[in-house]
Amino acid sequence: MLALPPAPTAPARRQVFVGTALAITAATTLLGGMLATWLQFRADAPLRESPRRGLIRDWMPEKIVVPEVATNMMLIGLCVVCIMAQWAVYSAKRADRTHAGLAFGLTALFGLMVVNAQVFTWTQMGVAANDGAFHTMFYAITGTMTLLLVVGIVFTAVAAFRFLGGRTKELEVVSASALYWYFLTAAFTAVWFVVYVQK
Amino acid sequence: MTSIDTHHAAGTAAAPPAVAIWITSADHKQVGRLYAGTGLVGLLAGLVLAVLVAFERIDAEGYQLLDTDSATQVLAAARLLLTFGAVAPLLLGLAVAIVPLQLGARSLALPRLAAGGFWMWLTGLGLAVASIIANGGPGGGSSEMVDLYLLGTIVMSSGLLMTATSVATSVLTTRAPGMGLLRAPLFAWSALVGSVTMLLALPVFVGTSIYLWVDHKYARAAFGGNVGVSDWAGWALSQPFTYLLAIPALGMVLDIVPVMGRTSLAQRTGAYVALGIVSIATLATVTQTMVTLPWDGDSFFDNAGDKIADLLPWGLLTVIPLLGVLGVLGTSALTMKNGKPRVAAPLVFAMHGLLTIVLGVAAHILGSIDDAGVRGSIFEAGTYVAITFGSVTVAFGALCYWGPKLWGRRIPDKAALPLALLALLATALGSIPYMIAGFADQPAGALDGFAYDGPQELWNTLTTAGFALMLLTSLGFIALAAKSFTSGEAAGDDPWDGQTLEWATSSPPPADNFSDLAVVGSATPLLDLKSASNGKDA
Repeated sequence: MLALPPAPTAPARRQVFVGTALAITAATTLLGGMLATWLQFRADAPLRESPRRGLIRDWMPEKIVVPEVATNMMLIGLCVVCIMAQWAVYSAKRADRTHAGLAFGLTALFGLMVVNAQVFTWTQMGVAANDGAFHTMFYAITGTMTLLLVVGIVFTAVAAFRFLGGRTKELEVVSASALYWYFLTAAFTAVWFVVYVQK
Repeated sequence: MTSIDTHHAAGTAAAPPAVAIWITSADHKQVGRLYAGTGLVGLLAGLVLAVLVAFERIDAEGYQLLDTDSATQVLAAARLLLTFGAVAPLLLGLAVAIVPLQLGARSLALPRLAAGGFWMWLTGLGLAVASIIANGGPGGGSSEMVDLYLLGTIVMSSGLLMTATSVATSVLTTRAPGMGLLRAPLFAWSALVGSVTMLLALPVFVGTSIYLWVDHKYARAAFGGNVGVSDWAGWALSQPFTYLLAIPALGMVLDIVPVMGRTSLAQRTGAYVALGIVSIATLATVTQTMVTLPWDGDSFFDNAGDKIADLLPWGLLTVIPLLGVLGVLGTSALTMKNGKPRVAAPLVFAMHGLLTIVLGVAAHILGSIDDAGVRGSIFEAGTYVAITFGSVTVAFGALCYWGPKLWGRRIPDKAALPLALLALLATALGSIPYMIAGFADQPAGALDGFAYDGPQELWNTLTTAGFALMLLTSLGFIALAAKSFTSGEAAGDDPWDGQTLEWATSSPPPADNFSDLAVVGSATPLLDLKSASNGKDA
C-alpha cells in the first residue's frame, strides 16, 4: 500500500463549538418557521374594533391579558444570562474555578428563573389549549421556546460539571454554551415581540 | 513479599455480546452500516406499499385490495418509507460511514450525536409507521394514532438533524492537514451541502409538525384536523424537498465517475459550484411555496413587467437547481470522455441514477408551469418517483463502490450489472407513464373513481410493473449485498485504484481509521502519489 507523508499532530479544531453553531442554525429555522406560520395566521385573521387600539386583527381573544411584567422580566433575565455565561467563559479562560463556578450557577439560576416566568405566564393568561387556533399555536410556540431554554440549562450544567470536575483545558464546551445562550436571547426577543408585544 | 493482584488479567474480561456492540457503538462505520441496512429494509417496505398503491390505480372502478378509508394512509406510508425510511438513511448513512475516511479523520465529529440520531430516527420512523398501521397518519381515523404519527415524525426528523449536524461538523473540522474545503472529495462536499440544507429545511417541517400535533391533540381549530396533516406537512414528501435529500447522491456520482473513468475529474471547481447551486431549492422548501409560472400562451409578453416578477422567483427557485444537476451531468460526461471508463456496476448504477434525477428535476420545472395543466395531477408522482428511484439507484452504486470500506468485500460486478440495467427500466416504467397520465388529468392522490380519455389502464399497469421491477431489483441487490457481507474474497485495500484518502487505509478500516495522519497537497492525494510513484518507476 502506498503511504502518504505523515502529518504532525494537528491542533484540535473546535468541534463542539461548530456543532453548536450548526444546531443553532437548525433551531433558528425551527423558530423562524413557527413564527412565520404564526404571522400568517395573524394576517389572515379578520379585523375587529378594539376599544383601546381601534381596528385590529381578531387574533388574540380580547379577554386574554398578557402579564407584561413577567414577559418583560423573561427578556431582561435572558440578557443577564448572557452576561453570566460570558463571565463563565472569561473565568474559565483564566482557570478561575471559583468565579467560573459562580458564573455557571448564576447562568443556570437565571435560566430557571426564565422558565419559571414562562410557567407563571401560562397560568396567569389562563389560555385553554382547546379553545381555538390562537390558543394551540400559543402553547406550541412558547412550549418549543421553553424546551430550548431547558436544553440551555442542561448544556450549562454539562459545561459546569466538565470544567469544575477538572477538565479545565477544554474551554470549548464553555464557550459553546455561552453561544447557545446568545442564540436563546435573540430567539426569545423575536418570540417576545411577535407573541407578547404584537399579539 | 507476597502481593495479590486484585485486577482482572488482561484479555479475560468477557467481550460484550454482538448485539450490545451494535446498539451502543459510536464508531461511524458501524452507525453508517446501521443507517444503510435499515434504509434498505425501509426501501423494501416502501416499495411493497408503492406496488399496492399502483395496482389499485389500474382499475379505477372499485378497490381490489384496499378500501376508501385506508387508501390515503397507504399512500402516505409509501411516501414516508421511501423518503424518510429509504433515501434519507441510505444517503446519510453512507456519508456517516465514508466521509470521515475521505477526510483522513480518525473518527466522525460528535460521534455519539450521530449514533443517538440513528436510534432517534429509527424510533420516530417506527412510531410513525406503527401509527399508520393502527389507523393513524394523514387522514387516519384514530385520533390518538394521528397524534402518535405526528409525534413520530417530530422524533424521526430530530434524529436525522442530529446526524446531519455531526456530518457537517466533521467536514468543517476534521479534514486532514492541507485539505481545504475545495480539496475535500466531492462526496464529502456534497455531504456538507446536503447536511446544511437539511439543517435549514427539516426544522421547518418539525415546527409545522409541532403545530399540527398540539392543534390536533387539543382543538383541531387551526390546521384542519387529520385531513390537514397532508396539506400542511405533505411538502416534506414531495419536490423540491426530495432534491435536498438527493444532493449527497450527486456527490457520490462525482466521486465514482473519475475513478471508474481512470482519470481526473474534469472541471472540479465547477462541480463544487454545481452541487452548491442545487441547494438553492432549500429556499423554495423552507418557504413552503410551489413557485409557478403563469405562461398565458401567446399573450406571455403582453405585460412584461408582471411576467418578469413571475419569472424571477420561478427561475431562481425552480430552474437554477436544474442547472446544478445538469452541471453534475456535464462534469461526469466530460470526465468519462477524457478517460477510459470501465463498465462496472458502480458506474452504471451511478450514471443511471443521475440521469433519472435529471429527468425528475426537469419534469418538476415543466410541472411548475401553469399552462402545462398538470398541477394537481399524478404528474407530480412521476417526478417524485424519478428523483427517489434515481437517488436509490445511485446509493446502490455507492454500496458497490464503497462496499470494501464498509464490510471488506466487493459486491460481484457480474451479478450487479444486470440489476443496474433493471433499475433503469424500473425507473423509466415507474415514472414516465405517470407523467403522461398527468397530462391526461389523472388526479394525484386518488386510487379510485377517476376516468379520462386515453389508455388509463395501460399507464397504470406500466407503472405497477415499474414499481414491481424496482422491488425485484432491490431484493436482488440486498441479497447480493448480504451474501458479500457474510462471505467471499477480501477486496483488498484499493480495489478500484482510487484517488481519495479512504483508499489509503485497510478494507475494512481499523477502529481509528488511519495509523498515521496524512498531509494532503491536492484534491486527489492518492492519484498524485500513484503518479509520482509511477514516474519514479519509469
